[in-house]
Amino acid sequence: MCGIAGLIHKGKSSSVGSEMTAMLQALKHRGPDSTGYAVYGTPTEGDYIMRLKVAEAEDMEKGRGIHQVIKDRIAEVEAILKEHGAKVKSKDAPREYSLRYVLNHKGDTGEMAEHIEETEGVEILSMGNGLELIKDLGDASVVSEAYGLNDFQGTHAIGHTRMATESDVDIKSAHPYWAFPYNDVSVVHNGQITNYWIMRREMERKGHRFMSNCDSELLAVYTAHNLANGVSLEDSLRQSIEEIDGVFTYLVATKDQLGMAKDTMAAKPLVLYESDDLIAMASEEVAIRAILPEEIDTYDPYDEEVRVWQA
Amino acid sequence: MAGVTDAELKEMTQEERVTALGMRTEALTGKSLYVEFDPDAEERFTYPWAPDVDFNKRTEMDCDGMTTTEVNSGIRDLMAQGYGTVVLKNPRGMHSLGVGILSKLNLIIEGSTGYFAVGLIDGPNVRINGRVGWSCGENMMSGTIMIEKNAGSTFGAAIRGGDLVCRGSVGSRTGIDQKGGTIIVGGDTGALSGFMMQRGRMVVCGNAGKNLGDSMYDGTIFVGGEIKSLGVDAVEAELTDLDKAWLTRKLTQYGLMPEKGVDHFTKIVAGKMLWNYDNLEPTEKKLIL
Repeated sequence: MCGIAGLIHKGKSSSVGSEMTAMLQALKHRGPDSTGYAVYGTPTEGDYIMRLKVAEAEDMEKGRGIHQVIKDRIAEVEAILKEHGAKVKSKDAPREYSLRYVLNHKGDTGEMAEHIEETEGVEILSMGNGLELIKDLGDASVVSEAYGLNDFQGTHAIGHTRMATESDVDIKSAHPYWAFPYNDVSVVHNGQITNYWIMRREMERKGHRFMSNCDSELLAVYTAHNLANGVSLEDSLRQSIEEIDGVFTYLVATKDQLGMAKDTMAAKPLVLYESDDLIAMASEEVAIRAILPEEIDTYDPYDEEVRVWQA
Repeated sequence: MAGVTDAELKEMTQEERVTALGMRTEALTGKSLYVEFDPDAEERFTYPWAPDVDFNKRTEMDCDGMTTTEVNSGIRDLMAQGYGTVVLKNPRGMHSLGVGILSKLNLIIEGSTGYFAVGLIDGPNVRINGRVGWSCGENMMSGTIMIEKNAGSTFGAAIRGGDLVCRGSVGSRTGIDQKGGTIIVGGDTGALSGFMMQRGRMVVCGNAGKNLGDSMYDGTIFVGGEIKSLGVDAVEAELTDLDKAWLTRKLTQYGLMPEKGVDHFTKIVAGKMLWNYDNLEPTEKKLIL
């Protein structure tokens, strides 16, 4: 019973970081295991923001050696960046195992990302011009505090609060997922995918990599695959209802779009609010009310419903 | 019947009757002796502790910053003080508001609620001037619920009595497992509405999603608009004059009468092809065989 939330401002920037925190905090009773954000700031052409983790939160308690291991992994990642000709413009470390780089890179970022992930224990959470993906264990207030999300300005965001049912409680199984290696695309999902292994093998045969055993990662890989083949976001969402089996409601964000899809059974909740300049959606109405306390009209999308909004 | 005449049975005490009817041969752990209520008792035999309220005694409660438990026990406290009209302000999507009210009460909610609003109620009249989330009015026994805007899925799940009315559209699986009462929807309803319905009536003025009335045992569904598809064993039946009269009365009562009247409604009932059950209780079987 995960909680998902998404919001998009049409044609203006807002403090989406704190708005999403308020929404996810209202949903935290749906799942206390981990919280994740995909927030979209102003895209800067040529510059990439890379968020990555070099260890799991639980590894930190595993002994003194871990600090050295983390240092070694970071050194390795930076060597790879150099090898691919990426210039590090700035570097932050909100947590010891979690880093944020601003890079200037001209070559094939997908190839570079794959190379970086060959390093043991390293997973790129996101890489894109506008996208920043943050996920960690704990509730929304803990995560947003640690990663300074309350100051984040942007146009749209999706978020997730997780109750682990189909895979482990760790950062790599937490949502959102970056649609690797597709620039700026992220996915959050509530539900279970029953043809996960069939679809996963199909995707692996097509050359995609999976970092976790979480069924939701499939949706990110699936979307990335479709988008890379020139399918529009809306068509990809529609196609997924046919091809992916199970119960699901999921949200996809790209650098300037936000989309939703609901399965044929409509067994997972979503409440939608739509106005001229703001669209907000969440598993429960309390999350929408957390940012819009005044009286508003909302509705539940029906089965097989697909919507896409432009920032 | 087990060697006793009706006249003899009438003369017996309940204790003797039970033995005479052969119910002692089965280990029923005293079930047959259980007295549900005493007909000589006071009128409010179901919930003797339920407070007497005065509808003209009115008060307001601001839910802002309160927990669900505080609001719900607050309503009970007010009822104990005799307040018959309670207005809840600023519910802001709070879950489980007003559940388990087992007495007459005029409850007005000024705003929208989250999941499980006014479930398990027996008696109150509720008006919600906003929308409701999933499972509103779940297992209500009697009373009325009136919702001004849209409602979420599993609207009126397992409802057993009373009138549950939504002016807007509702989500999927409306009236799942309905066992009585009336559900009225002003707008559209989603997929699998009336799933496993057993009794009662559902009226949808707008369109219905796919698999309407899937695996319904009994009960009736009236749809004013289009039906995307019927579920397993749900069949169309003829709209009788009695149905029309009933629809007219109910829809007029709640101000939801469509401009076209009620003649265009489609009536859906169970095909009863899935009825493969041995529907006698063990004791009943003994009495007959």
